[in-house]
Amino acid sequence: MAEISRDQLLHVAALARLELRDDELERLGAQLNDIIAAVSKVAELDLSDVPPTSHPLDVVNVWAEDEPRPSLPVEEALANAPQRDGAYFKVPPGGTS
Amino acid sequence: MIDTLRLTAEQAAHLIRDREITGVELWEAYRRAIDERDPELHCFLHVCDDPGGDGVPLAVKDVIGTRGIPTTAGSKMLEHYVPVYDATVVTRAKAGHGLRVLGKTNTDEFAMGSSTENSAYGPTRNPWDPTRVPGGSGGGSAAAVSAGLAPWALGSDTGGSIKQPSALCGNVGLRPTYGTVSRYGVVAFASSLDQVGPVAKNVRDCAFLYSVLAGRDPCDSTTVELPSPVQLPDRDSLAGVRVGIPTEFNEHEAIEPGVRAAVQRAIELCSELGAEVGECSLPLSLDYGLPCYYLIAPAEASSNLARYDGVRYGYRTPDAGDRLEMYTRSRDEGLGDEPKRRILVGTYALSAGYYDAYYGQAQKVRTMLAREHAAAFERFDVLLSPTSPSVAFELGAKTADPLAMYLSDLLTIPSCMAGLPGLNVPCGLSDGLPVGLQLIGPQFSENRLFEVGYALETAIGFDPVPERYR
Repeated sequence: MAEISRDQLLHVAALARLELRDDELERLGAQLNDIIAAVSKVAELDLSDVPPTSHPLDVVNVWAEDEPRPSLPVEEALANAPQRDGAYFKVPPGGTS
Repeated sequence: MIDTLRLTAEQAAHLIRDREITGVELWEAYRRAIDERDPELHCFLHVCDDPGGDGVPLAVKDVIGTRGIPTTAGSKMLEHYVPVYDATVVTRAKAGHGLRVLGKTNTDEFAMGSSTENSAYGPTRNPWDPTRVPGGSGGGSAAAVSAGLAPWALGSDTGGSIKQPSALCGNVGLRPTYGTVSRYGVVAFASSLDQVGPVAKNVRDCAFLYSVLAGRDPCDSTTVELPSPVQLPDRDSLAGVRVGIPTEFNEHEAIEPGVRAAVQRAIELCSELGAEVGECSLPLSLDYGLPCYYLIAPAEASSNLARYDGVRYGYRTPDAGDRLEMYTRSRDEGLGDEPKRRILVGTYALSAGYYDAYYGQAQKVRTMLAREHAAAFERFDVLLSPTSPSVAFELGAKTADPLAMYLSDLLTIPSCMAGLPGLNVPCGLSDGLPVGLQLIGPQFSENRLFEVGYALETAIGFDPVPERYR
């Protein structure tokens, strides 16, 4: 099991939209390596013929009638907004993605 | 004088029905207990005003949304979050029997942990010994019930967060069959595993609260109707019940001798009560359950926690220059170490080039764990083992070593992966601290778990009141 490099860690953190401080990179990076090494144990089993389980019950295609129902009033929907502008959530401009 | 340390929810409801006490007196008794003991224990993150009525009070884990009542999930990210709707379980509790929300209980941040030390608001302490943890993530709910601060409580369980704290605090907790209790309005951690369930002083209260919570919810498409109604247990005998003892789950080297001894006595009691007891083996579950869980749960968590971006609710960094910086810094400043670790592990396990080897392989292991349990249930009605390998450990003992903390859930995780119900029942003390056993059954076998749990509870005669409060 190869160590996860600092560049890989930065790449994963960027994918997860997490800015990590230098002290966090060091601490979490070391722990991440330990955890990945431990969970890599699943690779020991040959399970090529085994189907994956994504959900523990055999429930498929649960449909609901397409009927209009009352929704949250705008004031309540925005009640927890960090910043708003009228009926909109307000965010800073720019930045990629 | 109402003794909240001993009063069960069933007894409380009878006292009110028979007009021996009023709803106000009952509420005030719990508020006094909280005022007296919670400054030391820190079970509650928020205590409510009496909403009125005669219903039995209910403590609610702070990952469960409550309209107009702060819901933080133990995270700085949701410090000021006040839900605008109730979770379905809260709606059911209020509507069905007028249960009154007493307060919101402490939890590891986003229910990620086994000691409640990952809460951004400080740890909860174990009522049996305040130098020790109550378990986690639902340590607040479990400790509140054991300390007489609430007659019963709601918890949530992804890999053991109901059963393990109940074991460490000496009460009864049920992780229900996946899909029987709605998660609508509950802060999501790992959606193929998360379940809400009851914590109570005894098996009958636990069964009753489960009957209030369970059933299909149109707002949660993963829920199903119970195949048969919940039955409150009342039988002392175990005649006709086949109890399986999974060898690995009872003899693993991580299990403390005192824990093993208490559970062994309970196994002997099963035979004396008329059960047919035999051994079985779940080798893959014990060896691969933990690694499987610590891939699947973080993978799902990394996806679920993507919603905390500072846009619609939750923490936003005060001075980001652009939107991307707002996302990344809000998440860095709002989330603690454990959610970050799991987001990183999960994102890594799902990333291009690693998906098949980690997440895909873990999903296949999950199939094997379910098959292994299904084979055991061809011979047995329930499986019995310790819930936690150890009694309550000291605060700080495992905080620097995430992998050591993860081992706390060694015995609870495999059945969670298979979507199976599990019930913790206290079975004795080791060094003055509670030991819990878990009963695992096939999907939808809650009535059988209650039946076996009740018979054992009656025969064991465990005193659920911590010795220091007697």
